[in-house]
Amino acid sequence: MPYRGTIAETLKFKGHNGDEGDAYYARPTAPGRYPGVVLIHHMPGWDEWITEAVRKLALHGFATIAPHLYFREGGSPDDAAAKARDKGGVSDAQVVGDASGAAAFLRARPESNGKVGVIGFCSGGRHAYLVACTLPKEINACVNCWGGNVVIDDPKLLTPQRPVPPIQMTGQLACPVLGLFGNEDQNPNRDHVNRLEDALKKAGKSYDFHRYDGAGHAFFNASRVAYRPEQAADGWAKVMAFYHKHLG
Amino acid sequence: MCSYITHKVRVSGSAKGPSGWMRVDTANVYFDHPFHAPLDHALAIDFVCHADGAKERVAVELSAESARELVAKILIALKEGEIAHEQAEMAELHY
Repeated sequence: MPYRGTIAETLKFKGHNGDEGDAYYARPTAPGRYPGVVLIHHMPGWDEWITEAVRKLALHGFATIAPHLYFREGGSPDDAAAKARDKGGVSDAQVVGDASGAAAFLRARPESNGKVGVIGFCSGGRHAYLVACTLPKEINACVNCWGGNVVIDDPKLLTPQRPVPPIQMTGQLACPVLGLFGNEDQNPNRDHVNRLEDALKKAGKSYDFHRYDGAGHAFFNASRVAYRPEQAADGWAKVMAFYHKHLG
Repeated sequence: MCSYITHKVRVSGSAKGPSGWMRVDTANVYFDHPFHAPLDHALAIDFVCHADGAKERVAVELSAESARELVAKILIALKEGEIAHEQAEMAELHY
């Protein structure tokens, strides 16, 4: 069987407050209805690896959009990330608004099957969990890849941009959660992962957590020394199976 | 991890950016995932000028080891340079 045909492009989407920004979008080209995925980038920004992850999801049958969360800053993606950091990072409210806009973009597409998942990596993993909790009517499945600061013990880490630890929003979740974590990661460390799992269990939510030995943070990212090919291959397979089950 | 921890340092001087020389008044220093360097974490410094709107920056992403080496060499260069200039000034006074 040949590889699925896909097309990828940079286009505009409407995010928080109706602001228009750039997004990277990839989808299968064969006629049909496909599930959508909102892919949330990590803190370094809307980089090349993020576009690779978008295309990978499209290859597996998911119309995927990665909104550029720092588009309001202007300039190149790396300069925009530096400007956002200079201001203390983007606010949770703005990220949720941008993700909502990206989900609406997906559902408005003629190839949409009406279902939308969210996935995020690193700080984007935290954002994915936050978005799933905050938009229970818009998100049908959530993948949290090593999202740090979902569990926060030090109140000094709570800021006007990020006022609430997402773990406290667990009760609002209305979709299943897939969590992928490296056992050598420092944030989230094993204790953070265990506490998040406990919160999901106590709240009676549907979840599936996988912890990988020999992996730390960002082990999917082939452009980093943290890349772990075996764990990444297994993790990606779990992501695809999870989305096919819950969004297909 | 993605860290939001950023240390802001007020600096005074110039840097050569994408449009040529510019004033800089702030250095944002952080240790986090880099954008370009093929490292898990990098010591990053963004030199900007807030007084001019921080429209451009001069950026570096360094390995932790090389960043520490740089810090040590900066301090050595400052110390040796200041001593050399003091000695030159003293020699001029005695001339």
